[in-house]
Amino acid sequence: MKATVDSTKCNGYGTCADEAPTVFQLDEWGYAGVIGDGTVTDKDAACRAAEGCPERAITLHD
Amino acid sequence: MTLTTTTALDTSLALDTSRALAATAGHAPGIEPRLAVDRPLDLAAERERGTYGLPTCPDVIAELEAAGLRGRGGAGFPAHIKWRGVAEADGLRVVVANGEEGEPSSYKDRWLLTYRPHLVLDGLLLAARTVGADRAVVYLSHPETETAVRAAIAELDSAAPATPAAGVRLDVHVVEPTYVAGDETAVCRSISGGPALPTARPPRVGEKGVDGLPTLVSNVETLAHAAWIARNGAAAYRDHGTAESPGTTLVTLSGACGRPGVYEVPYGLTVAELFEIAGGFTSRPAGFLMGGWFGGLLGPAHAETVCTYEDVRAAGSGLGCGAITALHADQDPLAVAAEVSAWYAAESAQQCGVCVKGTASIRDAFASLDAGTATAKDRDNLARWGQTLPGRGACAFLDGAATWARTVLTEFPEHIGADGTANADDSGN
Repeated sequence: MKATVDSTKCNGYGTCADEAPTVFQLDEWGYAGVIGDGTVTDKDAACRAAEGCPERAITLHD
Repeated sequence: MTLTTTTALDTSLALDTSRALAATAGHAPGIEPRLAVDRPLDLAAERERGTYGLPTCPDVIAELEAAGLRGRGGAGFPAHIKWRGVAEADGLRVVVANGEEGEPSSYKDRWLLTYRPHLVLDGLLLAARTVGADRAVVYLSHPETETAVRAAIAELDSAAPATPAAGVRLDVHVVEPTYVAGDETAVCRSISGGPALPTARPPRVGEKGVDGLPTLVSNVETLAHAAWIARNGAAAYRDHGTAESPGTTLVTLSGACGRPGVYEVPYGLTVAELFEIAGGFTSRPAGFLMGGWFGGLLGPAHAETVCTYEDVRAAGSGLGCGAITALHADQDPLAVAAEVSAWYAAESAQQCGVCVKGTASIRDAFASLDAGTATAKDRDNLARWGQTLPGRGACAFLDGAATWARTVLTEFPEHIGADGTANADDSGN
């Protein structure tokens, strides 16, 4: 499974990096990106991050 | 949301477009040009050259693969993969000729659409037949290209019922010129009735493009080469160029150049050899904007860099759309970086937060370097952004700004002191 962040939607809430710090990281302006190629190492955490994103900016791909 | 119209032509790096349009495209000595001509060709003249003739190969996509044709919009993606992906999709499909040349220093697509509109239409209709699309769109933004393409389509219509466009709905779609409007997701969004702004990938447009249908978006020059290959074959295409970068390509040469303009050249010549075709350097180049403004700034030693995809990538840049600007001897690389990065910040579509912040931060850091007020932190920030920002935006626009951050630091270290400030002996340039 891989994660992607729609950077047109991300508003920098940062909840994804709190929920799944092995998948998402925030840059110096607070915007989220995936770590590496976005491979999901913790599926439950990644799902919580996707569901918890206020902007629905995260997509998980099988 | 208000889009910023491209400001490129107001900068010191602008190609003199009126001069380029008036000029005919030149070509490298020793080659039989495939695209370059000395006057605009109408339908009769194109037909004399074989345009709209049937392919001579049994499998067009296999022929494109054998030819090694790569996209000429900037990414250099293998054409046959895109074509095959759409051909294998289910249901209705769309093909688009992308002539929205947003790259500020490139002029070759406008030249091609103005002088060889039929060859582009030939390639577009070939693509439609090959991938099974019943709708074909020419996507463009400059008035002179719209006039030429509409006239060519009118000529085709008057050739009915034997029109090569039979069975295909052929449209022209005109957009405001911006850098991001040429991104393929922006292309499909605009044709579908939305703003010409990029969207996140996936899905790719080959899966879900115009009106949600699988869509082949191809640069106009790529289509012109495809039409040539379908009639002349992959082996003939490979008569020029190198094994990894076969064929000829259109380049736009500008800056410290005797005869700026569009030229058809084989891959495999050095930067200096390209400029020799265009009247030589008018002063000793202080550096090169490679691949348009997207490929950053390379140092003067790259006059000897060979212009193939692989060699220019190995040099830390990219061939992109084939636009190369030679900086004049008296142009300061830091001043140019300040100017171009300011353009990036102004031209950002303001969609992605990371692009808004990233381009503005790069602009500010280069402005400080140029003004002599930078610190080591500015230098370190630029080095980091050069590595971390590519791939972060919805489209590749931010990657271009990041490439400037990376290349200026690595190519011009003598201009930047250890403390991040511009070197004293450089500040007066």
